[in-house]
Amino acid sequence: MTTFVAPVIDWAALSAILVIAGTGIVGVLVAAFVPASSRRTVQVVLALVAPLAALAVVAWRWSVVVGGGESTLVAGQLAEDGPALAAQAIILIFAVVGFAVMASRLPNGEEAFAPQGAAAPGSAYEEAARRAGLEQTEVFPLALLSLAGMLVFPMANDLLVMFVALEVLSLPLYVLSAMARRRRVLSHEAALKYFLLGAFSSALFLFGVALLFGFSGSISLPDLGTAAATTVGMDGMAVVGFVLVLTGLLFKVGAVPFHAWVPDVYQGAPTPVTGFMAAATKTAAFAAILRLLYVAAPGFGWDVEPVLWAVAIASMLLGTVAAIVQTDIKRTLAYSSVAHAGFALVAIVSLSEQGPSALLFYLLAYGLATVGAFAVVTLVRERDADGNVTGEATHLSQWAGLGRRHPVLAATMTLFLLSFAGIPLTAGFVGKFVAFVAAADGGAWPLVVIAVIASAAAAFFYVRIIVLMYFSRPEESERPGADAVEPGALTRASLVLCALGTLVLGVWPTPVLDLLAQAAKFVV
Amino acid sequence: MTNPYVPILVLMGAAALLALGGIGASAVIGPKVYSRAKLEAYECGIQPTPHAIGHGRFNIKYYLVAMTFIVFDIEVVFLYPWAVAFSDLAVFGVVAMLGFLALITVPYLYEWRRGALNWD
Amino acid sequence: MIDYSWLLVAIPLASAALLLLLGRRADAWGHLLGVLAAAGAFVVGLLVFLEVMGQPSEDRIHDVFLYSWIPAGDLHIDAGLRIDPLSLTFVLLITFVGTLIHIYSIGYMAHDAARRRFFAYLNLFVAAMLLLVLADSYALLFVGWEGVGLASYLLIGFWNHNLEYAVAAKKAFVMNRVGDMGLIIAMGLLFAAIGSVSFTDVDAAVTAGALSTAQVTAVGLMLLLGAVGKSAQFPLQAWLGDAMAGPTPVSALIHAATMVTAGVYLVVRSRLIFEASPTAQLVVACIGAFTLLLGAAIACAKDDIKKSLAGSTMSQIGYMVLAAGLGPIGYAFAIFHLVTHGFFKAGLFLGAGSVMHANGDSTDMRTYGALRKVMLVTWLTFGACWLAIMGVPPFSGFYSKDKIIESAFVGEGWQPWVFGGAALIGAGVTAFYMSRMFFLTFHGKARWVEAGATVAPDDPRPVRHPHESPLVMTVPIIVLAIGALGLGFALTLGNGITGWLEPVTGHYDHDAHHAVLPVPVITVTTLVLVALGIALAWRQYGMSPVPLTAPTGSALTRAARRDFYADDVNEGLVMRPGQHLTRTLVYADTAVVDGAVRGTASGAVGLGQLARKLQNGYVRSYAAMILAGVVLAGIVLHLVRM
Repeated sequence: MTTFVAPVIDWAALSAILVIAGTGIVGVLVAAFVPASSRRTVQVVLALVAPLAALAVVAWRWSVVVGGGESTLVAGQLAEDGPALAAQAIILIFAVVGFAVMASRLPNGEEAFAPQGAAAPGSAYEEAARRAGLEQTEVFPLALLSLAGMLVFPMANDLLVMFVALEVLSLPLYVLSAMARRRRVLSHEAALKYFLLGAFSSALFLFGVALLFGFSGSISLPDLGTAAATTVGMDGMAVVGFVLVLTGLLFKVGAVPFHAWVPDVYQGAPTPVTGFMAAATKTAAFAAILRLLYVAAPGFGWDVEPVLWAVAIASMLLGTVAAIVQTDIKRTLAYSSVAHAGFALVAIVSLSEQGPSALLFYLLAYGLATVGAFAVVTLVRERDADGNVTGEATHLSQWAGLGRRHPVLAATMTLFLLSFAGIPLTAGFVGKFVAFVAAADGGAWPLVVIAVIASAAAAFFYVRIIVLMYFSRPEESERPGADAVEPGALTRASLVLCALGTLVLGVWPTPVLDLLAQAAKFVV
Repeated sequence: MTNPYVPILVLMGAAALLALGGIGASAVIGPKVYSRAKLEAYECGIQPTPHAIGHGRFNIKYYLVAMTFIVFDIEVVFLYPWAVAFSDLAVFGVVAMLGFLALITVPYLYEWRRGALNWD
Repeated sequence: MIDYSWLLVAIPLASAALLLLLGRRADAWGHLLGVLAAAGAFVVGLLVFLEVMGQPSEDRIHDVFLYSWIPAGDLHIDAGLRIDPLSLTFVLLITFVGTLIHIYSIGYMAHDAARRRFFAYLNLFVAAMLLLVLADSYALLFVGWEGVGLASYLLIGFWNHNLEYAVAAKKAFVMNRVGDMGLIIAMGLLFAAIGSVSFTDVDAAVTAGALSTAQVTAVGLMLLLGAVGKSAQFPLQAWLGDAMAGPTPVSALIHAATMVTAGVYLVVRSRLIFEASPTAQLVVACIGAFTLLLGAAIACAKDDIKKSLAGSTMSQIGYMVLAAGLGPIGYAFAIFHLVTHGFFKAGLFLGAGSVMHANGDSTDMRTYGALRKVMLVTWLTFGACWLAIMGVPPFSGFYSKDKIIESAFVGEGWQPWVFGGAALIGAGVTAFYMSRMFFLTFHGKARWVEAGATVAPDDPRPVRHPHESPLVMTVPIIVLAIGALGLGFALTLGNGITGWLEPVTGHYDHDAHHAVLPVPVITVTTLVLVALGIALAWRQYGMSPVPLTAPTGSALTRAARRDFYADDVNEGLVMRPGQHLTRTLVYADTAVVDGAVRGTASGAVGLGQLARKLQNGYVRSYAAMILAGVVLAGIVLHLVRM
């Protein structure tokens, strides 16, 4: 029996993760000990300060690591390199803007989450909790813990750590999805579906890990690559194992055919959570895929391209086509997110050198627009007969004529939609451009052609919403009328940041692209 | 060299045989007497079908007990192997385990403060 | 100063942003800021121009690097400005005429509640147009190209509470998109072939022969498609008439003086590509020649003063496109005519606006008549522009158009006869329709009744109270009229505009080539035809009474009145199928909303419905889908491995 050697732990390299996870734990204690009156304030401050602090830490690590300081940590289970730090930074940016939207209240003081998560929808108890003004402040520690998992994901250099990170990021999201204040049954259904399918895909992932371990005798990604290059005769195991692991990750990304949960969950979950989840989870999962493909896959020597091609094409086409027939804004955005998973995959399909930086830029562009667009969705509300603000007006018909009544809000939404559509001078255009160039450089010309066609078709349903906002009149219908409410200070700040980011990255993306280009090297 | 999958297949076959054999054997030779007690769920503490009371919802206490159980259960599950390998892990093991215990105390504190331990 | 030329774009853009962001708070002074921004851009343009003028002619081309827009590996797109005689000519035209029209708009839009928004859009247009002409690459040019399209769309539909206007705006937008596709494809081809779309690289590659003839021809034709869309040339000409729905200053600035000439700019800017492909060049000339006749015919048939002017614009741009298609001999003349046209056509539009202003916004020339007495300034200025567009010496049109007609007669084979003939006939027709407009409006008998006068109850004539426009409107027209009078002569002094443009358009030895007819013969024939046109118009519209409703006319007249059925063709070929598609797709159709598509919806919706069936809400189906995906992926990988 080998003697145990205690691993060297580079605490500095882990500090960003520790800040977030630690704040999450403190948040649980805050929920336990701080009196109800000031609890929410403390939680919100923690939830906003922690990602900012972590962002500063990541920036510091960047200066230490990028350009030669890459290394593996904790006995090779984690890797600290450019792509990991870049992904972490992007995730943290989404966390800042996403949490700000989560923490916002409507002008009437209503927040996005159920007053008492445990109360049955429509029960007298729920009504009492609402009257008493209870607030479920646990959403913030939950979000922080999920964020901690997301931060580990890009660093995971070992399949088991990856699995743990996957679970840490997923479990809180399942709970958060169930917390919507309105349409709670839909929210519960979404959460349950997410949980069941998430568990299913985790099981597939774990099964894949087991097979790969059986194949190579190791769970570390670099070892896997080496073993794959040298071991003969057990291809069956390796192929199935690899596909299963990839499936688990593609599920989180929401790529076809592992996307089925996306529309239901995006629609049901509280909208601020949807925005954060759509942006940050996708980035984290893509970062993990990046490491899997660039570190382990080349060693396999076999072509994973056909699978990725098929998934990318299917995602772009199905996401686009399905988005066209949606009538609910959240579902439309959900399908658009499926399509974007496909576009993002295009960047790395050919494993070209520019792939990682192109993918990360794409995710940054997409995520900013996503958080922003869902933030706008939280503001468009129905009114009851007395003019009180009620639930979100998610039916597209209720968005008709928004541009006339709220030009600034509609213009902001238009900007995000144009970025989704990839119109020049928005971040989305540059993202698509670099992604497609990366694919073309790797020789994936046919895929680029399909992607260009798909993005042209996808532009249609974004423009459709713009047309609806500006050129349609609200029509008489049985649905209650809708109007936008004034955004709270935090949502406003978040919207401004997202819009500015989308514009600046569209007009002057050079600095960010340069930074990301430095970060393209993986540590092995 | 035999195919590495052959032993797995044999194992799966044996497992299937055992399971089917057990059910089959009990179906063939077991006594078939039904009473109320025999049709009850076995020691699960709660009826599998919804009660008329509370719209078929389980009492929240049921979950609280389960979660409190998990807190301690997980603790024990990890403490046992740690205790076995304690001498090898040395100081690193102690620190790691203390950290783990501290973390697992956090949800316990939360439960306690938010009244989950107050019965009724 | 050249280093600060980005201010040209930045000033109007900032002003537009400010006006839009401040909203109603800026209502009180928004129009003044708008004028100031346009004037500021003019001053900057003038300073840059003077600096460039001070340099020797071979050093007059400057590339101002702004920043690297998208660096993606080997492909990178820089944003930069090209300062050279060609772009500066446009800058001065745009900012000068633009400023005048801004001033005019203060008066014209005085009673409009949304005047501030109007000025914001105008500034946006100026910024985009300047970006278009200053760009140093096709990519950046395209940004400006789309920008002017957007501004044009916003301005045509400015009075969008009127459904017809909103439709016109949409139509212009859509038809422009068709042209834009050409530009995009051209850029894609260039990117694929030489990996860059900057003018410098493209010109170098074309000169070095890096592109095959087929490639050059393809690029040229696609660029031409873009130009045709923007400049309302055949076959994408139909939108211009409808674009007249916009406020008249918009028609003057965008749909006469500047934006619609962007196509000519594009062709001249890409001259090396066209010179490398004689086929593409010939197509350019043919389209120009054809459109100049088509537009003239439409202008003859319209009773709506603005639509008649729109036809005339098509026709005049046809002249420029023809000149640009003639090769090195014509570029400078195309730009020359573009500049003079910018002045006199803007003057004509503003004059028409003044007339409309006086006649209760009626655009029907059949209800005008004898306005000379009440609108003396407008009559005089309109008259100057009228003489200019007909090419009567010494007005500016004579200098520019006559040169184009002469150049059209240079060449070999059938071409000089066809192109020259078209240009010559066009000049005669131009004289006819412009005189028709002039006489219908200002001469003959009044076909309106002065408000307050006693009229028989069955008098069909509308009641009007025509009056001269305020100074803020007449002064810009006067300035433009002076331009129409003297600019042509002024620009031929010394080396003239042709010498100024030579660094861009290339040197052309006019003495080495001779027209198939002697030049004096051409000039005299032209003038005779013009005189004939005027005489014909005078006989029919000046001396004889004009009925209030148009007579049925011949088949040709009827066809011309309907824009030669361009709308019907577009409707049948593009609009109906397109509308069907969008109506099924856009949420206007309750069928999709109700979840039951009736009949045969388009393929996309059918697919979408299929996707919807897959998305049935059951976790078990979702899990099955995931499993199926895994199995498929496994099978694919195994197959690849084998």
